[in-house]
This record gives sequence, C-alpha cells and structure tokens, in this order.
Amino acid sequence: MNYHWNWGVFLQEAPEGGVRYWELLVAGLGWTLAVSCLAWVIALAAGVLVGTLRTVPGRLLPGLAAAWVELFRNVPLLVQMFLWYFVLPELLPPLKRLLADADPTTAQFAAAVLCLGLFTSARIAEQVRAGIRSLPRGQREAAAAVGLTTAQAYRHVLLPMALRIVVPPLTSEAMNLIKNSSVALTIGLAELTFRARELGEYTFSYFEAFTAATLIYVAIAMSANRAMAWIERRVAVPGYIAGGGR
Amino acid sequence: MAMIEMRGVSKWFGDFRVLDGCTTRVEKGDVVVVCGPSGSGKSTLIKTVNGLEPFQEGEVRVDGVSVAARGTDLTRLRSRVGMVFQHFELFPHLTVLRNLTLAQERVLRRSRAEADAKALALLERVGLRDQAAKHPGQLSGGQQQRVAIARALSMDPVVMLFDEPTSALDPEMVSEVLDVMVGLAREGMTMMVVTHEMGFARQVASRVIFMDQGRIVEDVAKDAFFGAPQERSPRAQQFLSKVLAH
Repeated sequence: MNYHWNWGVFLQEAPEGGVRYWELLVAGLGWTLAVSCLAWVIALAAGVLVGTLRTVPGRLLPGLAAAWVELFRNVPLLVQMFLWYFVLPELLPPLKRLLADADPTTAQFAAAVLCLGLFTSARIAEQVRAGIRSLPRGQREAAAAVGLTTAQAYRHVLLPMALRIVVPPLTSEAMNLIKNSSVALTIGLAELTFRARELGEYTFSYFEAFTAATLIYVAIAMSANRAMAWIERRVAVPGYIAGGGR
Repeated sequence: MAMIEMRGVSKWFGDFRVLDGCTTRVEKGDVVVVCGPSGSGKSTLIKTVNGLEPFQEGEVRVDGVSVAARGTDLTRLRSRVGMVFQHFELFPHLTVLRNLTLAQERVLRRSRAEADAKALALLERVGLRDQAAKHPGQLSGGQQQRVAIARALSMDPVVMLFDEPTSALDPEMVSEVLDVMVGLAREGMTMMVVTHEMGFARQVASRVIFMDQGRIVEDVAKDAFFGAPQERSPRAQQFLSKVLAH
C-alpha cells in the first residue's frame, strides 16, 4: 500500500475555528462516554427489573416483561433511534414545544441515551432471566421454606447469585453498548464516530481519522472489560464454582 | 392434637396422579419415616406440609393451621416448619453464619446480636462453630448438610421435614448427619423424614409410612413394620427384602 500517512492532521485547526481536530475528537469521545455511561445505568436498572419480573410467579408481570423485551429487541437499533428522535416529539406536542426552544444537542443526547438504554435493557433482561433460571429450583424452595417472602427471596437469595453468574455476559453487553453508541451520529449527535467522519470529510485523512477512532473505541472497550473483570473478582463467592458447583 | 394432619391429599400433574388420597397424622414428638421406591410421591408428600407443593384435593393442617386455606399466612407457617433438602440448598453467597441469621432477622425480626448468638449455639451443637465464617462451597457435603439442619433449627420450628437428607452424601459422611438427626429425635422434635436409611428408622422412628404410586400403602408402628414383615402388603415386603438384604 502506498498511502502517505499524515498524522499531523490532528494538530491542524478545524474550520469551526479556535479548535484543533484532536480537540474535536476528544469532545466526541466525551459524548460517547456520557451517552454510554448514562445508557448503561438505565439499561442495568431496567434490565434487572424486567429480567426479574419475567421469572416471578403469575401471568401479568411476566407477560408485561416479555412484551418489553420483544418490543426493544425486535426493532432495529437504527429505527429505534429515529423513532425516539424524530417520531416521539410528533406524537407528544408538549415535548415538541419544549424541544423547539432547547439546544438541539440536548434532544439528541436524551434520545440517544433513552434509545440505547432501553434497547440494551431488553438484552440485559434476557441475561438476568437466564441467570435466575440457571439457579437450582431448590434455592427458591429453601428461601420459601425458611419463611422468606417472594420479594425477600429475590432480594437476598436469588438475585445475589444470579447477578454474579451474569457478570461475564453483561461484559459483552457493556462493550456492545459502547460500540452501538456510534449509531447516535445518525441523529446528529457529535460523538466520536461523527467527529472522525467529519475530520475525514474536511481533510480527506480518512485513514488517520478512523484509525484514531478505532484505537479509542478499543481502549474504551478494553477498559470496560477490565472493570467488569475486576467486579467479577470482587464479588466471587469463595468455594463456589460457577455452573458446576454441585 | 396432631401436629400434622393430612386428609385425602391428592395431586395431579396433568393426568399423572402424584398423590392419591393420602391420609395420616403425626403427633407431637413423633418421628415418622417415609419410605418407598423412587417416584412414589414421598418428597411430594412432605412438601405439601409446608406448602412447597400445592395439591388439588384434601387438607393438610400443621399445628391446627390449614396449609391450603386462603387466609393462611404461608410465610409464617413455613417459618415454623423446618426443612432439610437432599442437595442442602444453602445460600452459596452467604457465610455459614449469615445462612443461619438471614431468616431470623428478616422473618422473625430478631436483632443481629440475638440471631448471631442463636446461630453460633446451633453451629456448636452440630459441631461446626469454627466454620461460621466460611462459605458453604468451602465445606464438605456432610458439613453443609449439618449447617442446613442448623439453619432450619434457627427458626425454632415445631416440625422438621427431611427430604432424603443423606442421599447426596458420600458414604463416609452419612453418619455425621444421621447422628445430628438422631439427637433431634431423642430430644422430642416432631419429624417427618424421607429416607432409605432403614438403620435410622429402626433406631428412632415411631412410625413408618410406606408409599407406592402416590398412595400410602403402609402406615404402621416401627416394630410392626420391621418386626412382622409377613403381615405387610406384598409391595412393602418386596421393598423391605431389597433394602434390608445387605
């Protein structure tokens, strides 16, 4: 390959004035991290709740939880992004009036966080459900036998073990979420991929721009991976071998 | 008054009749051994006593309280009925001590200090006080089952149910668990024990129930069961000749 790499491009001043390209990439990274972190909080909270409800006795709550999962899992992420950003305000006139006066970035950010958070929550719910189902049936019986209510059994017996079991699959979900956040560029949020593409368009240094973006994504994903591995070690149960303990 | 009273208890899984008109009484201080071939409904029968197995017909009363009646506070009833499972079902993420204090604090509303004192006294009794800080996965099977018995006792039960408590143990660990159970029986605990340990039955049982195909075929005093086999039903004789052959 006979490509002339030009790494100096990051130090050039951007047409937006007063800032250099590397600073735009860093600002994009900031949005990527902000969207990912907030969406992760939503995804984890909603996912654990919905996944738990899928396993409780009765019909209504598991049914509603199943509907939630199907809704957010079966519609493509890109379509969901457009629905949150373009369609939802049309359906809710008060929201549209509110957004008319607001900074468009705020609406983009909120739509991206909600979209990614709820999309990921459906996937986390499935992992949590599988984790609870993987526990021996006797655990539920033992909790009931000592007089714990269903809620207490979940809180003190079932969820503490189920959540430990699902830490590894949740690591993949966290990394997926970070990578999926690049879809927010389609609604105009100036996150990392948006900035990399912009840099390419202005300077034709696409290779440099996307090499940098790729390295940054890899670094974030690896950090998330390490953080989850740390959590996994911290919560490990002495003497318990996951999956094959008995 | 009978501590446990069962009248015409029947249960179906679809067309399959798991329990077929089971009627028996367990007086205070009785030790009733329930035996029979696998699939005969022994475990299902004792699990109706604390409501872990719902049934379609008949009535079960524990200390005068109907298990299936709509107004019954099942969690309260369960807290008064101790249960020991084949696979121990200790809570793996909690220390041995916390396994014994969780329900005391959450169900009986005992203070941490009171629950700890009770737990340590019971661990002392089953010879495991020095293991209090360990997790269940760090103990042998026999030790885990002794902790499970202590956990059930920590709720000050009026009845203890044992569901094949030694079947999952290595042979050399059976006696340490049986010793604890014999001690309990001698102290006057009301017990229903599903087991194939005929030595235990001979030593401490007041009565033996023999089940086959969901029916209570024999419900007689221990001496009649072991001492006069010629008066037993052919099915029970066949069973006895197998379990007593060696």
